[in-house]
Amino acid sequence: MLYREAGDYKTSYVDDGQSFPIKFDRIGFYAVLLVAFAVIPFLINSYWVNAIFLPFLIYAIAAIGLNILVGYAGQVSLGTGGFMAVGAYACYKFMTGIDIWIDGVQYALPPINIFFSVILAGFVTAFVGVLFGLPSLRIKGFYLAVATLAAQFFLVWLFNKWEWAYNYSASGQINAPERGVFGIPVTGPATEAWATYLFCLVFVVILAFIARNLTRGSVGRKWMAIRDMDIAAEIIGVNPLRAKLTAFAVSSFYVGIAGALFFSVYLGAVEVGEAFGIQKSFLVLFMVIIGGLGSIFGSFAGAAFLVLLPVLLKNVLVGGLGWPTDLAAHLEFMIVGALIVTFLILEPHGLAQLWRVIKEKLRLWPFPH
Amino acid sequence: MNMKLATLALGAALAAGPALAELTFTSLSYRTGPYAANGIPFADGYADYFTLLNERDGGIGGEKINLIECETGYNTEKGVECYESTKGQGALVYQPLSTGITYQLIPKATADGIPVHSMGYGRTSAKNGSVFRNIFNYPANYWDGASIAIKHLLDLNGGDINGKRVALVYHNSAYGKEPIRTLEELAKKHGYELSLLPVDHPGQEQKSQWLQIRRERPDYVLMWGWGVMNQVAIQEAVNIRFPMENFIGIWWSGSENDVKPAGEGANGYKALTFHNVGSDYPIFDDIKKHVVDTGKAAGAGDQIGTVLYNRGLYAAMLAAEAARTAQELHGTAAITPAQMRDGMEGLSITEARMTELGMPDFGPSFTVTCTNHGGDGYGAVSQWDAKSGSWSLITDYMQSDQDVLGPLIKADSEAYAAENKLEEKKFCP
Repeated sequence: MLYREAGDYKTSYVDDGQSFPIKFDRIGFYAVLLVAFAVIPFLINSYWVNAIFLPFLIYAIAAIGLNILVGYAGQVSLGTGGFMAVGAYACYKFMTGIDIWIDGVQYALPPINIFFSVILAGFVTAFVGVLFGLPSLRIKGFYLAVATLAAQFFLVWLFNKWEWAYNYSASGQINAPERGVFGIPVTGPATEAWATYLFCLVFVVILAFIARNLTRGSVGRKWMAIRDMDIAAEIIGVNPLRAKLTAFAVSSFYVGIAGALFFSVYLGAVEVGEAFGIQKSFLVLFMVIIGGLGSIFGSFAGAAFLVLLPVLLKNVLVGGLGWPTDLAAHLEFMIVGALIVTFLILEPHGLAQLWRVIKEKLRLWPFPH
Repeated sequence: MNMKLATLALGAALAAGPALAELTFTSLSYRTGPYAANGIPFADGYADYFTLLNERDGGIGGEKINLIECETGYNTEKGVECYESTKGQGALVYQPLSTGITYQLIPKATADGIPVHSMGYGRTSAKNGSVFRNIFNYPANYWDGASIAIKHLLDLNGGDINGKRVALVYHNSAYGKEPIRTLEELAKKHGYELSLLPVDHPGQEQKSQWLQIRRERPDYVLMWGWGVMNQVAIQEAVNIRFPMENFIGIWWSGSENDVKPAGEGANGYKALTFHNVGSDYPIFDDIKKHVVDTGKAAGAGDQIGTVLYNRGLYAAMLAAEAARTAQELHGTAAITPAQMRDGMEGLSITEARMTELGMPDFGPSFTVTCTNHGGDGYGAVSQWDAKSGSWSLITDYMQSDQDVLGPLIKADSEAYAAENKLEEKKFCP
C-alpha cells in the first residue's frame, strides 16, 4: 500500500534521477523537513537543545562522514576523534582570527564569520584526512585501522602540545567567543535554543543531501567498487588513488564540520584529550555500525540510538524511578551494551536494514499475497 | 523517530519537577568512571551535610533543602546535560568538582545568573570578582596551592631553594596545566629549576615519566593528579624509591584512596589541604546521630571522616552558610540564585562561626568581597602516616605569595575580559 512504485510514472530522466524517486518517500522527507524547520524551533528549550538535539545533529554529521569512509569506500578508520579535534581547533583559529608569525612580525586575519569558519574548518580537516589517508593506498583492513589509530593519538598529542593552536591560553582549553549569523548569536553563552538548533540543522540538511547524492552518483559508485573488490574496480577503470583519497577527503570534511560544531556551538569550551579522545572514535564507529554501513539514513538512526538512549535511560531510572545515580549509570552501560549486542545478532546490518525490511513489508501491506 | 517522541513525551512529564518552595542544591557528582574513587567520598560528604541540616535544623532558615544529584562521570558532555536538566529546577549554586566542566559552566552560568563555586579547582583567575561576577573559588585556588608548596620547600631549606630542581607531574588537561605559569614565575623569583612531566588521561601509564624522574633525580616532585593517576604515581614513586617526604601533591592528590594502594611505602607522602583532616569534630557526632543512625547516609556510608568526605562536607557547609547569608541580606527564606550570589559575595567565615557549627579550626577564616572571590589563599601541608593510616597537618595554615599571584590573576582575568568583550563594569564600589 505504502511505498509503491506502481502508478508513480516518470516521464523524464530528471524525474527518474531525483533524490527520492518514490513519491511516498518524498512526501515523508518534506514532512520531516517541515517539522524540523517550522515546528521544533518553536517548541524547544535549552535542555532539549543541549541534551538531545545538538548532540544528535552533530553526531549525525560525524556518522555520515565516517559512513562514507567505512560504509561506502570500505576503508576502516579509528581516527574520527582526532579529525574532529582538527575541525574544532581549526574553527577556533578561524573564528578568533588566524595569526602567523614571519620573522618576528605578526600577520593576522580578521575573525571570520562562524558559518564560514565551520566550513573552512571542514576543508582543513579534509586536507589532514587526505594526509593520513595516504597509507590506505598500501595497506588495508586492520592494518589501516592501526594507521588511523596513530592519527588519533598523534592529533590529540599535537593539540595538547602546540600552543599556537589554543592561542597560548594557560589552561590549554579553547573557549568559543560569542559569534553569530545575521546578528543572532549561535556560539557563546547568550544563545537562544532555536538559533543554535537551526544553525546545526542547516548544516545537517545540506551535508546529508550532498552525501546522499554523492553516494548515488559516479563518485559513490567508484567508492563502492573499491569497497567490494579493489582489483576488479581497478580493472574496470576506477583509479584507486583518486577513489580512496576522495573518500578520505569527503569523510574528513564531514567529520571536521562535526568537530567544529561540537566545539563552537554545542560545548563552547573544549579540552582535546577529554572531548576528542579515542572514546569518541569508537562512539562514532558504533553509531555507523549500529545504524548500518553504507546508509545515510543509518547514520541518523545510529546517532539517534546512541545519543538518545542514555539520556532516556537516565531520565527513566533516576528521574522516573528515583534510583541512585551511580546504580543508574552502571545499569545504563549494561543496558546499552546488551541492546547493542542483541541488536547486532538479530540484525547484523543495522537499523537501516531494519528500515528497509519495514519498507518492503509496507509496500505489500495490508495484502501480502 | 519513535524513540525521539517517547523521549520528548517522557522528558516533558519529568521537566515539571518538584515545587520551588525548597532551597534546591545540586551535586554534579561522579560515582562511576576512572575518577569515581575520589568522586564518591566528596559526593557523600556533600549530601550528608545537607541531610544533617534537614534532619537536625529543618533546613536552612526554616526552608527544607532539596539536593538533586546528577551523575557526570567527569565527562563534560554529561556535565552539560546535568546542568541543563537541573537549572530549570531552581538550582542555587553549582559545584561540579571538575575543572573541565567548570570551564564549560563559567560563561553559561554567568549568562543564566546562577553562581558557581569551584572550591579549590576551576579557573584560578575567577578570584577577580569584578570580571567573574558569578564565579567563586574561595577559600584557595591552584595558584595558591603552587605557591604554598614552594613556600613549604623554602621553609624546609631555610629560605633558599636556589638551584634546587623541582619536577611537576601533572594531569595533561586544563586542571594539570593550571599551576605551570605560577611555578614558572616563582622559579624566576626563587631560582629553582622546573621540569614538566605531563601524564595523559586517565593516568594509568606513567612508567616513562617516573623513569625520567629516576634518571634526573629532582630534589622535589610536585603532583597535580586526580583519580587513578594519583595511585599510580605514588606507587611508581615507591617503586623507584623516591624519598616520599620530598613528594608533594596538590589537595586533589591527597586522599586515603591515593596512598593506601602503595602500602607502607607511601609513608611520609605529603599533600596540601585547605581544611582539616580526621573526624575529631563535634559535627561528626551529629552526623552519626541524625544521618548515619537513621539510615540516611549517602552512598555506602563508609567514607565518613576521609579527606575527601571532609572536603565535601566543607563545600556543603560553605554553600549553606552562603545561603544563610543571602537569607539575612535579602530578608527572605526562599532565596533565588541571584540572591544566593549576593550571599556568596557577602560570606564571612570566622573561627567563632565554625565552632558554632561544630567544626572548630576546620578551615581558615576568610571573607569574600566583591573584588576578591577567592578568599585569602591559606593552605597547609598534611602528611600521610602509613602505620596509623591517617593524615595529619604538619604545618600551620600559611598564605600564598600574593605579590606574585596578584599580577598573574589580574593579567589572566583581563585577558578573559578582553577575549569575551566584557567591560569591567562597575560592579564593585
